[in-house]
Amino acid sequence: MIKTRFSPGVATAVGTIALLALGQGLSSYGIGLVIDCLVFAILALGLNLLLGYTGLPSLGHAVYFGVGAYAAGLMYLHVSTNFWLAAVVAIVASMAVAAVYALLALRTVGVYFLIITLALGQITWAVAFSWRSVTGGDDGLRGIGRPDLGIPGLSLGSTESYYLLVVLATAAAVCLMAVLVRSPFGHALRGIHQNGPRMAALGYNVWFYKYLSFIISAGFAGYAGVLFVFYKGFVSPDVVGIVISAEITLMVIIGGAGTLAGPLLGAFIVILLSHLVSGFTGRWVTWLGVLYVAAVLFAPQGIVAFVQDAFRTRRTS
Amino acid sequence: MSLYSIQILNALSLAMLLFLIAAGLSIIFGLMRIINLAHGSFYLLGGYCGLSVMARTGNFWLALVVAAVVVGLVGVVLQRLLLQRVQDNELGQVLMSFGVLLVISDFALWFWGGMPQTLGRPEFLEGAFRFDSMVFPKYRVALIACGAAVALGLWLLIERTRIGAIIRAGVDDPGMVRAQGIDIRLVFSLVFAGGAALAGVAGVLGGAMLGIYPGADFEVMLQAFAVVVIGGLGSLKGAFYGSLLIGFADTLGKAFIPDLAMFTMFVPMVAMLVIRPNGLFGRA
Repeated sequence: MIKTRFSPGVATAVGTIALLALGQGLSSYGIGLVIDCLVFAILALGLNLLLGYTGLPSLGHAVYFGVGAYAAGLMYLHVSTNFWLAAVVAIVASMAVAAVYALLALRTVGVYFLIITLALGQITWAVAFSWRSVTGGDDGLRGIGRPDLGIPGLSLGSTESYYLLVVLATAAAVCLMAVLVRSPFGHALRGIHQNGPRMAALGYNVWFYKYLSFIISAGFAGYAGVLFVFYKGFVSPDVVGIVISAEITLMVIIGGAGTLAGPLLGAFIVILLSHLVSGFTGRWVTWLGVLYVAAVLFAPQGIVAFVQDAFRTRRTS
Repeated sequence: MSLYSIQILNALSLAMLLFLIAAGLSIIFGLMRIINLAHGSFYLLGGYCGLSVMARTGNFWLALVVAAVVVGLVGVVLQRLLLQRVQDNELGQVLMSFGVLLVISDFALWFWGGMPQTLGRPEFLEGAFRFDSMVFPKYRVALIACGAAVALGLWLLIERTRIGAIIRAGVDDPGMVRAQGIDIRLVFSLVFAGGAALAGVAGVLGGAMLGIYPGADFEVMLQAFAVVVIGGLGSLKGAFYGSLLIGFADTLGKAFIPDLAMFTMFVPMVAMLVIRPNGLFGRA
């Protein structure tokens, strides 16, 4: 293990202040872009717990993002416009779906785990698509406004105030994840990733640790879904599909699986690139495809590991 | 009666089309342990190549040949240049081949446009056979015969020829095959090309039945995976029975329970993965 000079707490505080300062200088387009990045950063952060730390490559993580987004949207439209209530219900809903799906998915290993998570994602997509009376089918849910925070004097009406919420929410997610991966639980997950049978021999209930990791990881995705839906104001079945699932995985891999900063970096890289390239050409999908191939060929361990290696060689030489 | 007979015919023709696609996917996995999400792109590319050839020459048979050759070559390039480099990295293969799928789908959208198009058929396959009140479109009957012939041919190739023996041996123990002095890398590339070419041919045959359109690559990829998972990854026999099962589930589902049609493919797939990940005919 390499000791980083900044503790995650300090790094998060610096990052949060930097983002808040940045918010003052950006146009509303720029702010929207950073909100996108942060939502996907939380999503990638969550997947990383499962993929990077536990070693379970889920190819259906958009499911929990989508469930969170739909649940929050439905709460807003039919029950209450309170943010906290919607967020709690949505996160619980994501984790509940994950609790069922994980029971099925964890019966498989290796390549079959990839395929079953993909198939479960398609089933969920089909539910979102076919269950018109609840999800709005192909059209999705529309007309979702900004929720109430329930705090007098604070409104999320403007993009600037929503930006503030998303920055703070991301900081909270990063801190929570940092605590998680440094806890005995997080160390156990890494142990399972490196040598499952040995952890089992040491008396750990390997299956249960994987199960919990799956559910917690989905909880983060649901949380990202909440922030997403209240920003965009609508959600459609596309959010649940394989394209988003693969993109989250790409973010984790590009940044660096099994590192705290990697997924955040990966999310910013992919989202910023997509906006940048789309400005020049209509062929972003081609470049995204090339990015997938290049990431696997040239940075399979991710950018964070690449940078760490560079530092390590400089120190030892 | 005629309602059932036409549905059965539709199911069989879809099943044979799926078999052409899934056979390659399954054998490639069995031999090389490569999970290739871009297999659906072979179908798409084959269909569009066929479309271009038909537009120039109007010759259906030439369209089949060109699609097979072009897609086969694309397959070899993909395998040699990219997928071979991530031999033991399943997630790497999935991400890489998904990237290739995106590139090819975007290329097809740019080159052939976004409108759904249908390939012409050979003239003698237009129209339908009629018995009493039952109507059987000739093209679908021919497609079923063609699929069955390919299935028989592949079975003979794998069970009765030297190259088939090498492929079977490669599935069991590639290291041992290499130790016998056989260039297994060449066999890998040939099998990959063959599997891709079959999917390309399926693109032409399917394009004349269902049309070819952006998004067909995703659809076909998912269907082929459902087939292969149900039959058993790596098993030709599994691909055949899996195709029949998915062909019937999909067709009958759409005809009789349209509300649940989208689930008839993935629910059996998940059930199979949970109960028996190796599928009907896969080996542990």
